[in-house]
Amino acid sequence: MESRLLLLFVMLCSVSLPGCALFGAAPEESVDDDTTPVVIDPGIERRDVKRPDIDRENFELSAYAGLISIEDFGTNTVAGARVAFHITEDVFIEAGYGASEGEETSFELLSGNAQLLTESEREFTYYNASLGYNVLPGEVFFWGNRAFSSSLYLIAGVGSTEFAGDDRFTINVGAGLRVLLNDLIAVRLDVRDHLFDTDLLGTDKTSHNIEYHLGFSLFF
Amino acid sequence: MRELVIFVVMLACAAAHGRPVPVTVDEPYIELHTGPGRGYPVFHVVDRGERIEVLGQRTTWFRVRTVRGKKGWVHQEQIEQTLRADGSAVDIERLDLESFSKRRFEMGVLGGDYGGANVISVYGAYALSPHLSTELSVSQGLGSFSDSQFVNLNVVHQLFPERRLSPTFTLGTGVIRTQPRATLVATEDRTDQTAHVGVGVRAYVTRAFVFRLEYKSYVVFTSRDDNEEIDEWKAGFSFFL
Repeated sequence: MESRLLLLFVMLCSVSLPGCALFGAAPEESVDDDTTPVVIDPGIERRDVKRPDIDRENFELSAYAGLISIEDFGTNTVAGARVAFHITEDVFIEAGYGASEGEETSFELLSGNAQLLTESEREFTYYNASLGYNVLPGEVFFWGNRAFSSSLYLIAGVGSTEFAGDDRFTINVGAGLRVLLNDLIAVRLDVRDHLFDTDLLGTDKTSHNIEYHLGFSLFF
Repeated sequence: MRELVIFVVMLACAAAHGRPVPVTVDEPYIELHTGPGRGYPVFHVVDRGERIEVLGQRTTWFRVRTVRGKKGWVHQEQIEQTLRADGSAVDIERLDLESFSKRRFEMGVLGGDYGGANVISVYGAYALSPHLSTELSVSQGLGSFSDSQFVNLNVVHQLFPERRLSPTFTLGTGVIRTQPRATLVATEDRTDQTAHVGVGVRAYVTRAFVFRLEYKSYVVFTSRDDNEEIDEWKAGFSFFL
């Protein structure tokens, strides 16, 4: 009798007191109950992280003009274009293309009408891929207190030169100065030596072709 | 004429620049440098709570403008400590080893030796998965007696894409065109099909910069009785996007 009364009491409790639901009601109902204290809410909404759309300006496109001394074939104007990709603040890689024309050798000039090369063979074109390193970041003062950010860089690479009807494997080494006129436009002054092996004049030798040029570049 | 075309392209690029991103400084202060590098002097500081506009990014440096109109360069670590309009921190992609293993496009230049001749290659690659990528390369071989141009299409398997240093295996095919030197007695140009296998090493250096070293063994299917076998060694660098 007593046990029946106890059972009735417990059943009444489980219905009237939600806190006692654990004893009477089914366990799944107790989980759904609103008043159950929640320790960790598994339903946290994922934060929508959106990256800001900031312009990247790691590429540098430039056009240049200057002079190149083609060994044995005089000095002539050179013009070219190049595109660089800045990997870190120190290192950049660059691909370039330039064109010039060889003059007559001293032998051709002195002998009168002897011609070593045809007109089309005198065309001097090169392309290269180089790795540059900014060694001296600093500022250039052109006048008064007006300062421009600048960097002196060392650059070297490999490529190919077409001259006298043949392509030649070419190594280029040099240095340059880049002055930022504003945030996106820079002036570049380069000195570059293009070295390749040639047997054009009968003996094998390494020809040095020193070029210096001034260029404008734009970051984008 | 070419210079003119380049100039027009430059103008088009300059015009394509996007809008500035406004942020609020959440550090005690941030430093503005005169140029995009640690070697450029600090000329201005912006205090906590002040707003700046981020105009552009070059490597790990950000071009900013203060409310007073001062322009300078701030390092990525300090930009990441600023807040956006909704109070969230500015989240900027960091180029690291993880982004290297998740890269999609890769471009690079390699130089070396191709059967005794100097060789230069330019390649573009597309990653099909972290392990597998396909590459298209254009090469020029410059020897003492002949020049050659070749185009190759190959599949590269990178063994450990998540590691800084990983071996690679290459299998591919291509076409080679050989021209004798102009100073030699003229012989005919010829074009042949090739196949190659290779092994290499790929080393992640920093940011988007990767160093590569590879060896390839080529078989040139000539029109003569025997096929030609050529060894190629190359080293170079690449960057990924």
